[in-house]
Amino acid sequence: MHIPDGFINTGVALAADVVAVGGVGVAMKKATDTMEEKEAPLAGLVAAFVFAVQMLNFPVAAGTSGHLLGGVLATVLVGPWLGAICIALVLTVQALFFADGGLSALGLNIVNMALIGGLGGYAVFVAIRGMLPKTKGMVVTASAIAAGISVILASIGFWIEYALGGVGQVPLRTVFAAMVGTHFLIGIGEALITGLTIGAVMAVRPDLVFGARDLMPKLEVRAARPAVGR
Amino acid sequence: MDRKTLTLFVVGGLIVVLGLAFFVSPYASSSPDGMERVAIDKGFADTAEEHALADAPLADYGVKGVEDESLATGLAGVIGVAITFGAGMILFGLLRTIRARRGPAGATGTAAAP
Repeated sequence: MHIPDGFINTGVALAADVVAVGGVGVAMKKATDTMEEKEAPLAGLVAAFVFAVQMLNFPVAAGTSGHLLGGVLATVLVGPWLGAICIALVLTVQALFFADGGLSALGLNIVNMALIGGLGGYAVFVAIRGMLPKTKGMVVTASAIAAGISVILASIGFWIEYALGGVGQVPLRTVFAAMVGTHFLIGIGEALITGLTIGAVMAVRPDLVFGARDLMPKLEVRAARPAVGR
Repeated sequence: MDRKTLTLFVVGGLIVVLGLAFFVSPYASSSPDGMERVAIDKGFADTAEEHALADAPLADYGVKGVEDESLATGLAGVIGVAITFGAGMILFGLLRTIRARRGPAGATGTAAAP
């Protein structure tokens, strides 16, 4: 899902840089407004996890692989703002150190995977959770479904960019069908990995899952108070 | 949550992440990913340009000078995890510091320093 240099023309790539900087800027401001002390190391861990799992390409069809994008995984674990920053950070490290994803395409990739896949995916997660019973198991189910949908949304993001500034002369309808079809399969992998990971964290430390905060006893929030007066 | 259990969770998590990066990544599929496959099949793969940093020491998840491919991939994974976690701790630590200075979260204000 990492766009290399050259696929999309410079004008659209620059426009995507502006959107990416704006989006990540808003995320940083929002994260700064709301974050708790414990969230800093957790967000670092989530970014490192996404980096590692993005390396683990799994086969989806003959001669084709896919890998986790991690947008829903990260945002459900540490919240939409920190989660989106985690993905943008991973993409930046990949482009700068591993020649994965073009430098001129970094904005495009951040838009697709951090903003659409992360923030957009989190919105899908919230919407799905709203339709399901308020239980821990449903947090896992909602995150898995949202993760699968987020991959398709990200692939449509690429298609829109290709429609606006694709350098190749391939008919848009062809690109759309191929992108969405392939990423439907990859989305199944994304759903499985996200569901397993969120399920594992929910099993050991449900209090660390941002997307399940409403299920935690309110006492936990108050417990921080006596520390202030100390 | 107290600091010790949080540290324990993060350290435990990092061990899992490093294990995935070093031991599992060499077994990852090397087939083109979904987008590359579409580009090849539909005929726009040739519009890709070579990466500006294609000669970087860690380019394409290898390590320059390490011949053994599995080892190189695993090492690249471990280095990448270290870079990502390190950069994340700096970035998120910075956001947390800004947050703490601004208040009114309280707990991290003047009274917090014992």
